[in-house]
Amino acid sequence: MARILMKGNEALGEAAIKAGAKFYFGYPITPQNEVSAYMAERLPEVGGVFLQAESEVSAINMVYGAGGAGARVLITSSSPGISLMQEGISYIAGAEIPAVIVNVMRGGPGLGGIQPGQADYFQATRGGGHGDYFMVVLAPESIQEMVDIMQEAFDIADQYRNPVMILADGMMGQMMEAVDLDNVEKSDRNLPPKTWATTGMAHHQGKNIINSLELDPAKLEKHNLDLKKKYDEMAKNEVKYEMYKCDDADIIAVAYGTTARIVKNTIDMASREGIKMGLIRPISLWPFPQEPFDRTADRAKAYISVEMSMGQMVEDVRLAVNGRKPVHFYGRTGGMIPEPKDILAEIKNILGGVK
Amino acid sequence: MEERVIMAGFGGQGLMTIGQLLAYAGLEEDKNVSWMPSYGPEQRGGTANCHVIVSDGPVGSPVISEATGVIVMNRPSLEKFESYLIQGGVLVIDSTLIDVKASRTDVEAIYVPADEMANEMGNSKMANMIMLGAYVQKTGVVKLESLFNALRHVWGNTAKERFVEPNIEAIKKGAGLIGELVK
Repeated sequence: MARILMKGNEALGEAAIKAGAKFYFGYPITPQNEVSAYMAERLPEVGGVFLQAESEVSAINMVYGAGGAGARVLITSSSPGISLMQEGISYIAGAEIPAVIVNVMRGGPGLGGIQPGQADYFQATRGGGHGDYFMVVLAPESIQEMVDIMQEAFDIADQYRNPVMILADGMMGQMMEAVDLDNVEKSDRNLPPKTWATTGMAHHQGKNIINSLELDPAKLEKHNLDLKKKYDEMAKNEVKYEMYKCDDADIIAVAYGTTARIVKNTIDMASREGIKMGLIRPISLWPFPQEPFDRTADRAKAYISVEMSMGQMVEDVRLAVNGRKPVHFYGRTGGMIPEPKDILAEIKNILGGVK
Repeated sequence: MEERVIMAGFGGQGLMTIGQLLAYAGLEEDKNVSWMPSYGPEQRGGTANCHVIVSDGPVGSPVISEATGVIVMNRPSLEKFESYLIQGGVLVIDSTLIDVKASRTDVEAIYVPADEMANEMGNSKMANMIMLGAYVQKTGVVKLESLFNALRHVWGNTAKERFVEPNIEAIKKGAGLIGELVK
């Protein structure tokens, strides 16, 4: 099929169906309501179930149930709604249930606003809920990439029996772009059969129990050590990033999602003025890519993290650069979107300072 | 080639629709496109706008800060978005609804009595298509034929099919104001 024009929110829903999701639970919140509307219409057509829960807390626990029964299940929300789901996400991680969660971020804190934001970076990459756990967090920059990543997200979730989060923002949800839904690359992952799923006793011997409670501290520590091994595997295998015009760059911006697109515009403006600027675009925010920093730290004069937040990913950038070069920050927040010319002005300031 | 156009007016005038139509037409020509709506606590009669980019290369930010074109169908939109235009940009103004002139002198302002023309055609709701026709004919961002094909592909076989031909006529009327029709 040729490319068609689709809204991000609708494209991600269709991509999940193409990846085999048969269940969607959610509760309305702007700017991601089109996902619910789309799934309500589409899932019954493919023999799936759409259910609008009475709250986010309820919706995420429906994901716990469906995922625990071995189904591919999608849930989406936006920042305040994702906060309400954190308890359930921690349970899902603790009970080792695969699920894909999409956060179409808006401005915060609190109820905040409904315009795009990236201020949930800490929440997404540092667990968000209680206890020692991590999720693979993927941040696409275009609707096509979001569609491609959806298939990957379900595969990663199944491979590791772990929730995966896709971090988008209101811009990505609301905009329309050309997208090809039919040529999504299937991964060659060898996914294990879901012998642990609670599907009744018809097909296996013994009990399958999905649970995150363990009152014996020795056993709970052992569980945490096993989880840690899994997170280490994820950290080793699931790193994704793009390097854009980094080869001879004096200054390297670090940005993800829609902000990375804005930075690419900035790089074009900079190059017209003879400024050598590059971009490191983490696609996996957790695990955060280390390699592109090791490859550029000798050559680059400085790094700048550009975010729609007051400075969150910049902490991971500092860890990755590890003192080798200065790390700067430029951010807009609350639903304000950074403009290429303002980013460029900041870049000129920095380069003026390091000369 | 990269055209970055902001379309703005009252909610209900069909600015979102012509924005999507332009994006579809770009897609018909295998160009890269993006359509970004203003969203929020919108209401009928409130202001609405969308940002459309049609480009030979990859589209960077879908939000436009330097527009090559602006289409406005009410006065608040003219006042707000005129300043977004680059020098030499194209500013299409519905002169039936907006009774002032452009204040910028370094842009190419085109006055289209779109509402009046649409009323003469028997349906004031087609004013948006007249505006789009004039803009596309002026800039050549896509071929008119691509707009027509987009209309047929998107509205054909739907409840809106009966609007396809009248809308094509409206686009041609708008284009006709600029000069010879380019097919």
